[in-house]
Amino acid sequence: MAAGKEGKAYVGNLDISARKANEILMKKVKLGKLVDWGVAFSLWPVHLTTSCCGCELAATWGPRFDAERYGALTWVGSRQTNFIIVEGTVSRKMAKAVKITWEQMPFPKFAIAMGACALDGGIFYNSYNIVRPWEIIPIDVYIPGCPPRPEALARAIVELQKMVRSKSIASEWIVKGVREENMKYILPKEAETQ
Amino acid sequence: MSTVESIPKKLPGMDVNKLGKDLYEVFIGPQHPGSGHMRIIIRVDGDVIVEADPDLGYVHRTMEKLAEGREFIKVIPLMERMAILDACNITLPYVEAVEKLLDIEPPPRAKYLRVLLCEINRIASHLYGLGIFGVFLGHSTMYMWPFGDREVFVELAEKLTGARLTHTYPVPGGVRRDLPQGFAEDAEKAIRYMEKRLEEYRKIFLDNPVIQKRLIDVGVISKNLAAQLGIVGPNLRASGIKYDVRIIEPYEVYDELDFEVPVFEEGDAFARAWIRIIEMQQSLRIIRQVLEKIPDGDPLHEKFWAKAPALYKKVFEQTKRVKLIPLYANLKVPEGRAFARGEAGRGEIVYMVESNGSTKPYRVRVVSPSFRNAIVFRYIVPGHRIADLPAIYGSIDYFPPEADR
Amino acid sequence: MSIVEILKEKLSSLNPEISEGKGFVSVKVEKDGLKQTARILRELGFDHVKTVTAIDYPKENEFEIIYHASSFLNEELAKYIIELRTRIPRDKPEIETLTDIWSSAEFPERETFEFFGITFKGHPDLRPILLLPEVVDKKPLRKDFVVKEEGIFR
Repeated sequence: MAAGKEGKAYVGNLDISARKANEILMKKVKLGKLVDWGVAFSLWPVHLTTSCCGCELAATWGPRFDAERYGALTWVGSRQTNFIIVEGTVSRKMAKAVKITWEQMPFPKFAIAMGACALDGGIFYNSYNIVRPWEIIPIDVYIPGCPPRPEALARAIVELQKMVRSKSIASEWIVKGVREENMKYILPKEAETQ
Repeated sequence: MSTVESIPKKLPGMDVNKLGKDLYEVFIGPQHPGSGHMRIIIRVDGDVIVEADPDLGYVHRTMEKLAEGREFIKVIPLMERMAILDACNITLPYVEAVEKLLDIEPPPRAKYLRVLLCEINRIASHLYGLGIFGVFLGHSTMYMWPFGDREVFVELAEKLTGARLTHTYPVPGGVRRDLPQGFAEDAEKAIRYMEKRLEEYRKIFLDNPVIQKRLIDVGVISKNLAAQLGIVGPNLRASGIKYDVRIIEPYEVYDELDFEVPVFEEGDAFARAWIRIIEMQQSLRIIRQVLEKIPDGDPLHEKFWAKAPALYKKVFEQTKRVKLIPLYANLKVPEGRAFARGEAGRGEIVYMVESNGSTKPYRVRVVSPSFRNAIVFRYIVPGHRIADLPAIYGSIDYFPPEADR
Repeated sequence: MSIVEILKEKLSSLNPEISEGKGFVSVKVEKDGLKQTARILRELGFDHVKTVTAIDYPKENEFEIIYHASSFLNEELAKYIIELRTRIPRDKPEIETLTDIWSSAEFPERETFEFFGITFKGHPDLRPILLLPEVVDKKPLRKDFVVKEEGIFR
């Protein structure tokens, strides 16, 4: 940047210079560890319950198994949240809503699949109206159980925190701009026709 | 610093359509503060709702079709996932219908044990409903306190059956487990604790002037309209009609117990909140009577014990727990059609079972109380403002996985 | 007089078959007499419908449509559940609606329409309630729509 005589500023290509600044800050000055620490201890899930495991989700944020001490606070607006908990069976109508909510959230974002119905259908494995959640959004942590105990859900949040800090997911995203090179989204066919 | 792929291109459900001169159509979608999984499509004129249309089916898991491909005993966990909070109330009428087709009756000790678990589940379900009601209105203390007190009763049920929420306790012929040692003292402690807490709920929630302003005279359902629309449960009793399946057609041992059924006349959201707290007091009374009056005996009918191998009887004497006898896997039910109903936490649940002589049912029809209450959104909500919609939605205690089955 | 005798007296002109089942009282009429029977039951005091459903019998080539009616306001009739049923042919599944007599039948009739493909003539708002349109075309609860189960011997 150079300042001209009459107060004008000359800048180069802003994208490239921002990327270079990011690399310097994250890798050389080692600010990446601070960013990862901050993101890991403020993972906020969005208010979206998909099926009957929602009872144990509500109990996890109750006074006995308090999940707010890990920094997780359920928040209403999807623009200000970090991750999404897909719990229970995802039907075809709900798959569209999950996809839209996932696209509304800003990067870097994570997802947890909770319950046996999110793994491979659970007790409704041969129903004609349900969809497997790993075909819609990319998932990081899976929790088995029907329904999983609230302690299991708290353990999954702790595993996600360890993953963020050890693999430096947040600082890698700031440097590169994408989360991983080959993430594939397979849309259910109904969402494309509308 | 957002990349190109995170900007959504065209997202249905995020628009507000303009229909007429002052008329707008708004989608209150499945992701909203409080998040029940249903969508309400409303048409508003300024701030006043002119028309409302519920969009159900977000949790439809096709239980009726799957029940035709599984054996009779395997249908019980399938039907339980409708409302896992009061699992005993939801599956008990199905077990009663199968027993009517088989023409057997469970022994008296099994009937008392079933009533005990039903009342524990009714208290836990009402506390969950009040907690979600608090979240809708923004009263976070009313979310934390019921969820904390609910853990007392969930742990009591865990001592009795072995699981926190999905009990699968009644089976055709009796129950699966007997009372453990020391259960009566723990239950007495829980009842005394809960009676003190119900007084404090009245102080913070029902005597609160902000809550009273939001709930009095909102969502009024008159007596004739309630009977015509066909709504059930505490919503019906808050409109002046005394209808409870436990006193009209008593099942199990409800005709030997002494309890009252409260009825209010106003029919607004405030009466529906009051009535749930009084019903919890009556349930505590029933649990005390059951623990005094329970007789001795077997928890399972002798017709099934006669066909069991000797090893199962030895295990039962040591651990007081019934391992599912192999007879249930190939249970052939005679031909016919049976109908049974019961009173769950949210209202009256109805089952019709038809069998054609094989090991799998021919048709199972179930109508849950929340599906019958869904018609309230269509006919009661128009005429109110948008800010009254959470008050009406929370007060009828609508639970979408139960309504969609 | 018991409930079976009262019903036999009031409905004698329509030639019904009345019997007692396991938990209900069954009234079977022809397809054309359904609406008149419902009107007589409404005047007796049965003021709401608990469920509307259908059962598929492919061997006899018929559907059986069932209504369960009971009473809220009348205390003696509240103990009884009347099962009103009729048979319609499987190739031409149409029947008249009963929403002008019992308005609590509105949502269950929409559900029977989308699962079996039976049209109710005169219904104010007949569209699918639980399923998406592509799934409604397959008519899920009929017996020719097969759902596969796992296993060795199936």
